[in-house]
Formats: sequence, structure tokens, C-alpha cells
Amino acid sequence: MRKLTALLAGLIFGVGLLLAGMANPAKVLGFLDLAGAWDPSLALVMLAAIAVAVLPFRWARQQRLTLLDAPMQLPNKRNLDRRLIGGSLLFGVGWGIAGICPGPALAILLSGHWQVLLFVLAMLAGMLLFSVLESRRAA
Amino acid sequence: MTIDWLNFTPWSALGGGALIGLAAALFVVLNGRIAGISGLLGAVVEGGEGRGEKVLFLLGLLLAPLLWGLFAALPPIEFQGGWLSLTLAGLLVGVGTRYGAGCTSGHGVCGISRLSPRSLAATLAFMAAGFATVFVLRHLLGG
Repeated sequence: MRKLTALLAGLIFGVGLLLAGMANPAKVLGFLDLAGAWDPSLALVMLAAIAVAVLPFRWARQQRLTLLDAPMQLPNKRNLDRRLIGGSLLFGVGWGIAGICPGPALAILLSGHWQVLLFVLAMLAGMLLFSVLESRRAA
Repeated sequence: MTIDWLNFTPWSALGGGALIGLAAALFVVLNGRIAGISGLLGAVVEGGEGRGEKVLFLLGLLLAPLLWGLFAALPPIEFQGGWLSLTLAGLLVGVGTRYGAGCTSGHGVCGISRLSPRSLAATLAFMAAGFATVFVLRHLLGG
């Protein structure tokens, strides 16, 4: 059952990205271009998503088990650190260069454009690089 | 700042955003997990618990355009930049989201929805970096 709900949630998420215009890098860059002709659409995407999710998350925070009796696994870190901010800044630079973040990258991966294949390969390489650096740090 | 009214699409933005919020809500309320794409992808790359569910969520995401295509033509997808900038952008997004423990979905949608100060800080950081990068590329370097 949980496998089915995971698949369904992923599908809805992807359809939402496509409908919202997040899956079009040119539109994302139009949102990030404050000094040019600014397209505020993506601010509304985020607002609507948060408006819908805020109460379910509030409920979730008070539970130990989900409606399907799975353990509730929410992050519990509270502190701000250099990794969080530095990593997010690096991500933002990459986002600003191409207008693609991880969700939309996967949602358009099978659309047949070589650009997104290349982007996703590079993104996976970046994630692998992180794993390697992390395991070295731990060793 | 001038608003680009021609490309402003408030209704599809709100509708798409609501679906994204619904998907994130379902995933936490039923599966107990955060719908953060970079985190899920990182976990799939590195292995670990709950891999099956995570793979299936990502599979749903991958299949979304195929489902969409059964009913309507896909919306326009226009890229900017050549192979070098796409590769650099992908690397930065991959490394950055893993160090920063999240991206637009995990921090921006799920994190802010659960009122996490870390996610709010991360979202402000990547938005600021995104705005600054586009400013530099489009308006200072001109292209």
C-alpha cells in the first residue's frame, strides 16, 4: 500500500510541476530575473503549495505513526550551520545558471531533451562527489 | 523591476502549486516522509532504508510527463545555455543540495510548511543566490 501511495504522490507532484510551469527552465529564469521583466508566477506556486501542506504537516508533527501505520520520519535538526547555508548558496548558483532544480529535472527527464539528460547526469555526479567526500571525512 | 504580465500565469501557478502541496501532504501523512527530491535522490544513490518507497516516488515523478501526454500536449520546455553551463549547473545543484540537505521541494515546500527555521534559512539562501546569479549572468555579463 505504501509503495502505491509513494508512486501516486510522485505522480501528483510531477503533474503539479508541469502545470505550474516549474518544468520550463525559461519560466524559472524569468522568475529569478528580478531586474528584468519579472514573472512572479513561481512565487504563487510556492505559496499555494505551502498553503495546502501546512496543516497536514502540523498534524504530522504531532504523530508517531502515519495513517498507514508507518513511522513518521521528520527531520529534527534545528541549528543553522555553514554546511546548510553554503550548500544552499551553491545550489542557488546552479539553479540560477540553468533554471533547473532537482524535482523539475526528473519531471522532464523523459521529455526527450538532451539538455535535461546532461543536467541530471551532472547532478548525480555532484551527489556522488558529495558521498565520496563525506565518507572520506568520516574515515 | 517591471512585471512580465505577458508570461504571468497565476491560475496554473496556483493550481500546480496546490497539487505539489497535496503530493507533499500525502507523502508525509501516509508514508511519513518528506517529499524532498534531492534528499530522495541522494538516498537512492547512497542506499539505505526505505529505498523502495523512495524509488517509487521518484518513478511517479519520472512518469508524470507520460501521464500528462495521454491527455494533453506537454507544456513548453525551453532551455538556456549550452552543454558546459548545463554541466556546471547540474554539478552545483547536486553537490549544493546534498550539503544543504535539501532543495526547492524539501526546504522550500515541505520545510517551510512545517515551519522549520533551517529550511527557511536555506530557502532564503538559495533564492538569494539564484536571483544574484541571474542578475550577474543577464545584466552584468549580458548573456
